[in-house]
Amino acid sequence: MHIPDGYLSPATCAVAYAASVPFWRIALKRVKKAMNARQVPLLSLFAALSFVIMMFNLPLPGGTTGHATGIGLATVVIGPWAAMLAVSVALIVQALFFGDGGVTAIGANCFNMAIAGSLVAYAVYRLVAGRSALASARRVVAAGIAGYLAINVSALLAAVEFGIQPMLYKDAAGAPLYCPYPLNIAIPAMMIGHLTIAGLAELVVSAGVVAFLQRSDLSLLRTTAGNIRDTGQALPQASKRPLRPLWAGLAILLVLTPLGILAAGSAWGEWMASDYANPAVRREIALASLHHAAPQRAPQGMQKLSSIWTAPFARYAPPYIRGAAFGYLLSAMFGAGLIVVVVLLVGRS
Amino acid sequence: MSDIHPRRRGGFIEHTLEGLRSAMERAIYAEASASRTGVLQRLDPRVKVAGILALIVSVALAAKLWLIAAVLMLAIVLAAVSAIPIGVLASRAWLGALIFSGVIAVPALFLTPGTPFHGMPITLQGLRTASFLMLRTGTATTLMLVLAYTTPWTHILKALRIFRVPVVFVVILGMTCRYILLMLETAHEMFESRQSRTVNRMTPAESRRLAVSSSGVLLHKTLHMSGEVYLAMQARGFRGEVYLLDDFRMRPLDWFALGAFATVAAVSILLGR
Repeated sequence: MHIPDGYLSPATCAVAYAASVPFWRIALKRVKKAMNARQVPLLSLFAALSFVIMMFNLPLPGGTTGHATGIGLATVVIGPWAAMLAVSVALIVQALFFGDGGVTAIGANCFNMAIAGSLVAYAVYRLVAGRSALASARRVVAAGIAGYLAINVSALLAAVEFGIQPMLYKDAAGAPLYCPYPLNIAIPAMMIGHLTIAGLAELVVSAGVVAFLQRSDLSLLRTTAGNIRDTGQALPQASKRPLRPLWAGLAILLVLTPLGILAAGSAWGEWMASDYANPAVRREIALASLHHAAPQRAPQGMQKLSSIWTAPFARYAPPYIRGAAFGYLLSAMFGAGLIVVVVLLVGRS
Repeated sequence: MSDIHPRRRGGFIEHTLEGLRSAMERAIYAEASASRTGVLQRLDPRVKVAGILALIVSVALAAKLWLIAAVLMLAIVLAAVSAIPIGVLASRAWLGALIFSGVIAVPALFLTPGTPFHGMPITLQGLRTASFLMLRTGTATTLMLVLAYTTPWTHILKALRIFRVPVVFVVILGMTCRYILLMLETAHEMFESRQSRTVNRMTPAESRRLAVSSSGVLLHKTLHMSGEVYLAMQARGFRGEVYLLDDFRMRPLDWFALGAFATVAAVSILLGR
């Protein structure tokens, strides 16, 4: 999982650094605000803990062993932003002094594991744990799934970064300059190991330590618990007020959705089967594809699959609504409303 | 004391102890190596950090194998004049790069499409791409090892300020380095005490339980220690603002070395295109 030097092109590494910097900045600001001066020793010690946990060679069912990264555990205990910083620091120390992961790939490794990993872990943990009590078994399951999915999303990102290298960088003889495997090899090669061994190690550590903390010190699980069901354990800051600006922002965005109509043409790669027969759309496709002409007719597979399901709000323009702007607005309201309902239902269950 | 050691059991505790011990040894060796007399040890840490990173970037950009090999040779020469034995490079940089990158590079010999290589079931392009992968990884690892073994780690972290890394981040990195050693020692003691009380070989399920409970205990210790460290920092006047003592001074030798690093990196980038 720790990408060494030489596997990613300098351009990919630069993009990964650029993508990581804003998250590090936000994380530093948020952590500083939440914990004040205590952040410095806490983050340092959590980074050290993450480093040491990565050294545990965990025996797994099936006779194999694996290492956990502690992303899920750190996220559950100190929250996603602090975990993002602590795991990043551990990864930087590993790359600088222990040769584990490349220096040029620090941005990519931090983005994949610390940033994406902790955000995924937090979202999954909150979604699965819902409002369950701190001591409930559901939180153990939630932590396990959070750790498992976090490490697998990290692995998928790394696989995609590997897989795009041979498409972009080759020498004069046609030999790939960096990772030689395309996406169709890189993704299965990375994911098989992570969906089984590494994911399982992460699951065991995340779920196991949360179960351990439930027995030893329940208060350590409060930071990311949210609005919990048990009134005796409810957090003082839990109220609906902080969500008001978010609701207002969502309403503004919904009202602004008809602006989408101003964009000319369709998004690249989102063409319909019927578009291939339309000369105007064919010209648009060629223009957007570096003057590569589209095939004369839609590919057979696309033709076949496109008839399986017809969306009720196809192209955000329901057939029974005459005004395009109103159709767009209605689609936005329906889509956003559906997501809110699903989240509320999952949260309450 | 007898030279005969009891036969080690290859269980979870032993493997973990071995890993923890090896990490501690590496850190201690690096500290000792940085205080030896050598060419790189005499240079300003900022020059070394900037110079070595420039060389790593030039290796990453290079599209010619001979150039990466030339930078590897330079890294070996730098190690030799800085009292780093070649055996240390071989065991701590090349062996790992060879095993890890080898596993990934070997299938590329067969899977990369291209011209068959002298009638063998591998392609010329596969051979080149595997060589790129292994040489680049080996060279970058060697360069980083040379830096880590000739410069105290806290100085390397302080030198990161030249890349505008925020002071608070540098301080957190520095504290992490210090506490990693303490945590490694704590974990080592925990597993050693458990090993001394374990008579039989542990089952995988027992090992998992031990790993999980040890992680949990370490987590408790971390939080406890964090509170104590914070109190100690407050006692010494810490009010939330972090400062770094900038005690680095550039001497003529440092300027010369900076010029040499910059020239070599620039020439490598130009020739490697």
